[in-house]
Parts: sequence; structure tokens; C-alpha cells
Amino acid sequence: MTTKFLARHRHAVQRIGFIAITLMAIATVLPIIGTILFILYKGGAAVSWEFLSGFPHDGMRAGGVFPAIIGTLYLTLGTAVFSVPLGVAAAIYLSEYAKDNQWTRLIRLAIINLAGIPSVVYGLFGLGLFVLFLKFGTSILAASLTLSIMTLPVIISTSEEALRAVPQSFRTVSVSLGATRWQTIRRIVVKEALPGIITGIILGLERAAGETAPILFTGAAFFLPRLPHSPFDATMALPYHLFVISTQVPEMPIQIQYGTALVLLVFVLTLNLSATVIRSRTRAKRQW
Amino acid sequence: MEKSLNWQEFIITRAIKASGYSAIVFVGLIFFFLLREGLPTLGEVEISSLLSVRWYPIENYFGVLPLITGSLIVTIGAALIAVPFGIGTAVFISEIAPRWAREILKPLVELLGGLPSVVLGFLGILVVSPYLRVFLDLPTGLTAFTGSLLLGGIAVPTVVSVAEDALDAVPRAYREGAWALGATRWQTIWRVTLPAARSGVLTAVMLGVGRAIGETMTVMMVTGNAPVLAIKLGSLFSPVRTMTATIAAEMGEVANGSTHYHVLFFIGMVLFLISLIVNIIASSVVFRAKKRAERILS
Repeated sequence: MTTKFLARHRHAVQRIGFIAITLMAIATVLPIIGTILFILYKGGAAVSWEFLSGFPHDGMRAGGVFPAIIGTLYLTLGTAVFSVPLGVAAAIYLSEYAKDNQWTRLIRLAIINLAGIPSVVYGLFGLGLFVLFLKFGTSILAASLTLSIMTLPVIISTSEEALRAVPQSFRTVSVSLGATRWQTIRRIVVKEALPGIITGIILGLERAAGETAPILFTGAAFFLPRLPHSPFDATMALPYHLFVISTQVPEMPIQIQYGTALVLLVFVLTLNLSATVIRSRTRAKRQW
Repeated sequence: MEKSLNWQEFIITRAIKASGYSAIVFVGLIFFFLLREGLPTLGEVEISSLLSVRWYPIENYFGVLPLITGSLIVTIGAALIAVPFGIGTAVFISEIAPRWAREILKPLVELLGGLPSVVLGFLGILVVSPYLRVFLDLPTGLTAFTGSLLLGGIAVPTVVSVAEDALDAVPRAYREGAWALGATRWQTIWRVTLPAARSGVLTAVMLGVGRAIGETMTVMMVTGNAPVLAIKLGSLFSPVRTMTATIAAEMGEVANGSTHYHVLFFIGMVLFLISLIVNIIASSVVFRAKKRAERILS
């Protein structure tokens, strides 16, 4: 009975169904746009040159977020130092050298698992290995190392996809001209895949810049009256700072909270947008 | 010259191979350190007390059941939101949307995936929870439901991108066959495309759930942090505390090597094993279509 009814009115059903699905997609996307615009609007009023360049004072209830910005920059760069060479090399291995065997499958499984491990578990691991066992202390070094292992899967998988997209004929021609395998990879394959690799690196670093849980016990400081001097110092960081001032400090002026959220959001969105732009521009320009 | 080139190439090849295997080493190292710091728990706390319903570390009560039920209730709530909306959005992007809408939607969903969880937690405290408190007439807006709502948003991008890839991978001929038999596009989506993509869609759901269980900051900020047993339906609208939030909130204040410290690592070990199981099952499906496996990660 119902089946017959649905079949007879299938075009009406389709219309209703399409409207429902469209509404669902809109309901998914609108909060994203709303969130970003809301923070831009609320935080915009708080951000000034003094806010960006000043230290927090009066128990963080006044002043700026300068040390947190610098700290996040340090952590992002520190993460890049470790994860970029390792990640790109691993991607080159998987795309250019690895045979399709059990070991390679195990590597892929390991990468997928690395991507799925909860961020707070990375924090525990960083505490156990880098802070305590290797005695780096709560430091930029320990936090960067923790973050770089967390970002590895993103960098590896995106870079590998970019390397694989380079046509096989490029490699064949290069080798037939007398280049060695490594020369071919370095001068031809990596060069052609570079925009894709850079997109992957940026996406990985974006994740590192916004994460709080992995740095909670490995390198983040509640408050520091000065900038860190060496990789063995702890540092303030934007995401942790936002967490602290929105949950741990009573009577925190709301403006500063929104301002901090805005700075963090702009930092992360800039990375995200540049990755999207690089990707769509290479897609448009690609001739093969 | 020739000789040194070979030598150089040999070293570089070895270094690249070692990097390739590093992922296995890291998973092993993570597991090793979690075991090393977490296993002493079993010698220090009795199993019966570990499985009790009281989490009060200061007086040596380490019952993890409230934390597990807290994680479960928040995750189930998040899945109930993320699965329909994620799959709906994936169907829209892959089957219904015109090209221009797709070009806008995909980066926007990716953007949501990139939003720092601490920012969502911040908005949860300042905007979502006060609104929910008034709207649902609750004593506090910091509840499991608030966490589910935000976690749903965090899990959606994962579900959308994996499910959309699965739908994309369904051969066009399947759809054309259905249309030729007189099926509407809507009938084709429900009876041909989605069933053909079901393993990928299932993977999307699993990875989304995995993402939700592991999420830390948002949950810690908005679920109210009360370690009480959450097994009634009403628990959804009262404060709870998840496993991840417990680790994040308490690890900073414990003495290294104490029982409390070991128990927190033990909880981390459980979380690690959960994500390992979820990802192994999900990837055993995924390995059939390699492209999909690559997309999960990016």
C-alpha cells in the first residue's frame, strides 16, 4: 500500500526529499559561517595594536596576547622542522620506492592509526617520552616533537597523493636520459608535486597550530612574564591561552576572550585558505 | 664523481626508507609508553575498585565507570547528530548540488574540520550553553547534550568527506542503469547509489565516531566535568565527564609516578586501544579502495 503510494507520487517524493537534503546541507554549513562571522564581529572590537603587541597583565585581565602569538609561531615552526622532512621523505618512500607487500600495508595501517589517535593521548605520549624519559622538560622542544608526530599522517598522505599524481612518463623519460632514481625524484617528481606537497604541509601545520591537548603537559605555560629564550623553555600558546582565560580565570573581561579567539581563528584560517588557494590554482594550471 | 654519487644516493635511499617505516615505529613507541606508565595501575588499584562508580582520586577512589559512561553518552549523542547530517550533506554534495554549490560547500566543510576545538569549546561556554539552559529550562547549560551538539559538528567533516568519496566512487553506469529503468533520481540515490557505497559510508560513520570519542578540549569545556554515572536518559541533560576530559583536566596536577598518574595513563591506553580497533576495522574496508584511504587522512 505505502510502496504503491510512494511509487505513484515518486516525483513529489523526490521533490520533498531533495528539499530535505538541501536543508540538511544548509543546516550543516550555516553554523560554520555563523561561527566565523560571529567571532570576527565580536573579536574585532577587542583587537588593536596594543592587544597584538602587548603582554597580559593584571592576572591576564588586561593587556595583550603577544607572547601567545609568538609561542604559537615557535611551536608551528618547531613542528615543521621535524615533521616536514620526515613526512615528505615517508611520502616519497610510499609513492616511489615501496613495493605492494605486507610491510607497506603495515605502514599504511600505522599511518591511519596515527591519524586516529586522540590528541590527548599524544599529550600523554609526549609527557612520557619527551618530557620525562628524554628529560626535555615541559618545553617548546617536547611540545613540537609531540605535535610533529601528530601532524605526520596529514603530511604523508597529502604529499603521497601529490607525488602519485605525477604521470609515470615523466619518470621514464628522466631515467632514460641517464638520471639516477634519486635525481629523477628530486628534480622531476618532487618539483612537479611541490604545490600539492606544500598544501599538505600547510594543512598539517594548521592542525598543529590549533591543538591544545597535546601541548597541555608537554610545553604550554599558563603565564610567562617574558618570551622563551631557548627550545628548552616552556611557552604560552594561543589555543592554550584561550582555554585558560575562558575557563580558569574568574572575572575575565569578555572582550579579551573574543579577541584571543579571533587571533587564533585568523591564524588558522589564513593557513587553511592558503592551502585551498594553492590547491585550486595548481588544479587550474595543470597541463597533464 | 660517479662513485660519490652512488654513495650519496645509497645514503639518501636508506634515509627515505627509514622515514617510510617511522610511522610503524611511532605507533609502537606510543603504545609502549602508554603501557609503561599505565600498566602499574593493575598492581596498585584492584580491578573491582577500578570498575566501581566512584571517581574521587584525592581519596583514592579510581572508579572509571562514570568516565566511560560519560564518554559513551556524549559520543552516542554526537553520532546521532553527525551521522544523518554528515551523510545528508555528502549526498547533497555528490548527487544533488549544482557544480557551483559543490565548489563552495567542500572547502567550507573542510574549514569546519580545521577549526580549533578550543574555539568551539569557547563558543560552547559563551553562546551555546547559556542558550540551552534557558531554552531547555535546565539548572546548568554545561551538559552532555551541549557536548554532543558541538562534538557532532566536529565529527561532521570526517563523515562528509569519507562518505562523499564513497559515493563518488560508485560507477556512473549504476545510476544510468537505474534512470534507464525509469527510477527517479531520488529512488536511484536510496536504492542504488547509497547501497553500492555502503561499506564506505559505514567507514565514514566509524571514523566520525572515532573522532568524537577522542575529542578533548571542547568536551572538557562544555560538559560540566561531573564524574557521575550516566546511564539514564536524563543524564544527557546533566553534567558528565569523559575519559579524555579527565586526562586533560587532571594530568597537570598529579605527581609523576603516583597511582593517580598511572590510572590516567591507563585511561589513555584504553582510548588508544579503542581508536586502534576502530581504525583497523575501518581500514580493512578501506583498503579495497585505496583512493578512499588517502582521502580519510587529508
